[in-house]
Amino acid sequence: MELSGAEILIQSLKDEGVEFIFGYPGGAVLHIYDALYQQEDIKHILVRHEQGATHAADGYARATGKPGVVLVTSGPGATNAVTGIATAYMDSIPMVIISGQVSLPVIGSDAFQEVDMIGITRPCVKHNYLVKDVTKLAETIKKAFYVATTGRPGPVVVDVPKDITAPHIKVPYKYPKKVSIRSYEPTVTADKGQYKKALELILAAQRPIIYSGGGVVLGNGSKQLTELTRLLGFPITNTLMGLGSFPATDKQFIGMLGMHGTYEANMAMHESDLIIAIGARFDDRVTGKLDLFCPYAKIIHFDVDPASISKTVKVDVAIVSDVVPALEQMIDLIKDSEKKPSKKALEIWWKQVEDWRSIDCLAYDRNSPLIKPQYVVEQLYEVTKGNAYVTSDVGQHQMWAAQYYHFNKPRRWINSGGLGTMGFGLPAAIGVKLAFPDSDVACITGEASIQMCIQELSTALQYKTPVKIINLNNRYMGMVRQWQEFTYECRYSHSYMDTIPEFVKLAEAYGHVGMRIEKPEDVRPALEEAFALKDRTVFLDFITDRTENVYPMIEAGKGHHDMKLRVALGTTTDRELA
Amino acid sequence: MKHIISILIENESGALSRVAGLFSARGYNIESLTVAATEDTSLSRMTLVTSGSEEVVDQIVKQLNKLIDVVKLIDLMDCPHIERELMLVKVHTNEKTREEIKNVADIFRGKIIDVTPVSYVVEITGPSDKLDSFLAAIDAKSIVEVVRSGATGISRGEKGLHI
Ligand SMILES: Cc1cc2nc3c(=O)[nH]c(=O)nc-3n(C[C@H](O)[C@H](O)[C@H](O)COP(=O)(O)OP(=O)(O)OC[C@H]3O[C@@H](n4cnc5c(N)ncnc54)[C@H](O)[C@@H]3O)c2cc1C
Ligand SMILES: Cc1ncc(C[n+]2csc(CCOP(=O)(O)OP(=O)(O)O)c2C)c(N)n1
Ligand SMILES: [Mg+2]
Repeated sequence: MELSGAEILIQSLKDEGVEFIFGYPGGAVLHIYDALYQQEDIKHILVRHEQGATHAADGYARATGKPGVVLVTSGPGATNAVTGIATAYMDSIPMVIISGQVSLPVIGSDAFQEVDMIGITRPCVKHNYLVKDVTKLAETIKKAFYVATTGRPGPVVVDVPKDITAPHIKVPYKYPKKVSIRSYEPTVTADKGQYKKALELILAAQRPIIYSGGGVVLGNGSKQLTELTRLLGFPITNTLMGLGSFPATDKQFIGMLGMHGTYEANMAMHESDLIIAIGARFDDRVTGKLDLFCPYAKIIHFDVDPASISKTVKVDVAIVSDVVPALEQMIDLIKDSEKKPSKKALEIWWKQVEDWRSIDCLAYDRNSPLIKPQYVVEQLYEVTKGNAYVTSDVGQHQMWAAQYYHFNKPRRWINSGGLGTMGFGLPAAIGVKLAFPDSDVACITGEASIQMCIQELSTALQYKTPVKIINLNNRYMGMVRQWQEFTYECRYSHSYMDTIPEFVKLAEAYGHVGMRIEKPEDVRPALEEAFALKDRTVFLDFITDRTENVYPMIEAGKGHHDMKLRVALGTTTDRELA
Repeated sequence: MKHIISILIENESGALSRVAGLFSARGYNIESLTVAATEDTSLSRMTLVTSGSEEVVDQIVKQLNKLIDVVKLIDLMDCPHIERELMLVKVHTNEKTREEIKNVADIFRGKIIDVTPVSYVVEITGPSDKLDSFLAAIDAKSIVEVVRSGATGISRGEKGLHI
């Protein structure tokens, strides 16, 4: 079969099983768009800004586990995609981004809409390719998918010069079934000795805790994690990225850890004598000040990426392997062991953990006349019966979503953790809804974040992706304001916009339903009404208590045991912001 | 401590910038970097001299290995090895110093490869610290310019770094 480069590109994506391309056309990719026009298998989702394309593909990837695919033109199209590429990179999300490039002979001449996409994206991709030979195009696409989806996943950019896709140059096409790359060996297996050492530590532990993260979600290891945790009976905490990998309503789950983690999770980490880290990377939002991190604990670390081991925190036993086979092997070893972890010690430990839990660190004022953002998230959980896919933007609302929506299944909680990209939520929700049209999809956002990719409301209408936007409108960049309150003596420098749009009208202008909710008693009915509108995108503008803060909080430079807790219930309601 | 990392990397355009970019992005220090093709034209051999604590060098090695284009690497400091660097030094000479500089060059097994009435170019190879010693041994004021290749190295014994 002889095909042009553009046809090869599209056919390769088909052969790879791609359902959706999120993209935006332009000069350098017109040949590709022409090839796209002449087929019906792959659906192209036309976004309104290339950043939206990357986040939508990213949301699709996080929810399905399949790689997200993006197509953008050269120059400004490519640079607009960079924020989304970096977002995916920081959270290890598999994506393939195809960027147009100026024709090979003019590369380097400051040609129209030329940027060095390979150079620009190098620090924020797993790998990137510049295609220089049309006969290598199919193989390069195959390699891109292979690299993006294996080992520790990540985004891969394929930069395609326009002349490579020219319609009149046809070459034989064959999509490789398999590729191997001699310099890339993603399947690593840990040696038996490490598992034995891990077992010894587990058997000796008096105050153990499991700390698991995004790697369990990425590696589809929830089943094994749950089995291991139940088998051991240890308390378990999740990172922001790990939420859902272990059922949040299970009594062994003691909440998220880290900067805005629960009191019980952070105290248990601090006092523990054994941490079993699984697919988590000891991020600084989790560890706080490194010198104060878990002073009494030995650490076992399961991770597929050797570079994650002892990167910030030195560990005692490292098991470098994909999470599923590693946990299976660990489970077998524990089952086969005659010695078991001390029941007695575990009982004492749990009593301590329950004591910490009993302070109820997530309690908030339920009698406030104002809408509490936490209440909205709780009601959302109830109305959707905990089954929704929830995307979020970045800020206080993101933390409340993490704390109050109890994720019982993996891949339901979709947010930008590593880069913390405002603007992520709405396009990501569109990507999720395309993948799961029959499921409820909610985007929890703030009035500042939502404006960063608001234009994608138009995409939502065009492709009929009825998502529910839960805008926790506190008329502040709340997260910024909170830091300013705590560390800058209430100097609220530019964390407020006094021209916030009327979101109801805005939603209507885009062809959607808008609702403004101002009273606590209207929260539940509004949510019910919105989710009953199955085929409409609904923008719910909740006017919330603007003084509310996220608690607990570990402030910069502090250890896990040194959390700022809500002082007294009810005091924030009528609190005047200084 | 100083480490000499020897890397086999795909001979592709951009491979060098991936390594250099990694070092600048992560704030690792590069003392020298040399790169050239090998007997296998699809591969380049890179020698990178860096220094840092054990933890930092451990991360450097892991991060380099993580680059898709890196095929293999070793830290030469982990095994018996030979280190060589080439240096060209241009020095001012006069009646008085000609003989003296030649003597010092001889002691360091250097060669004088260019001569004018008022200058020499001295060529010396050896481990980097030998080159440092040569520079320390001659009058600093006589030095016009110094060009160093950066260290390269190879392990001793029959085993080698190849695919
Ligand atoms: C405003 C804000 C506040 C935040 N506050 C908190 C907070 O309080 N608490 C918190 O936890 N985070 C918080 N974060 C998120 C934080 O920045 C990090 O993104 C997060 O902690 C990282 O999660 P993780 O350790 O699970 O790693 P991830 O980034 O999810 O990395 C996954 C790890 O698993 C490994 N892995 C991948 N695939 C596999 C596999 N198949 N098998 C085995 N291992 C695998 C990877 O190599 C990597 O080491 C916050 C972010 C924002 C924006
Ligand atoms: C693109 C981008 N710019 C800036 C920031 C820094 N930042 C983090 S949270 C935040 C405020 C978010 O405000 P809003 O969306 O209203 O959420 P809230 O905190 O009020 O819930 C800002 C500016 C960021 N994370 N991303
Ligand atoms: Mg806000």
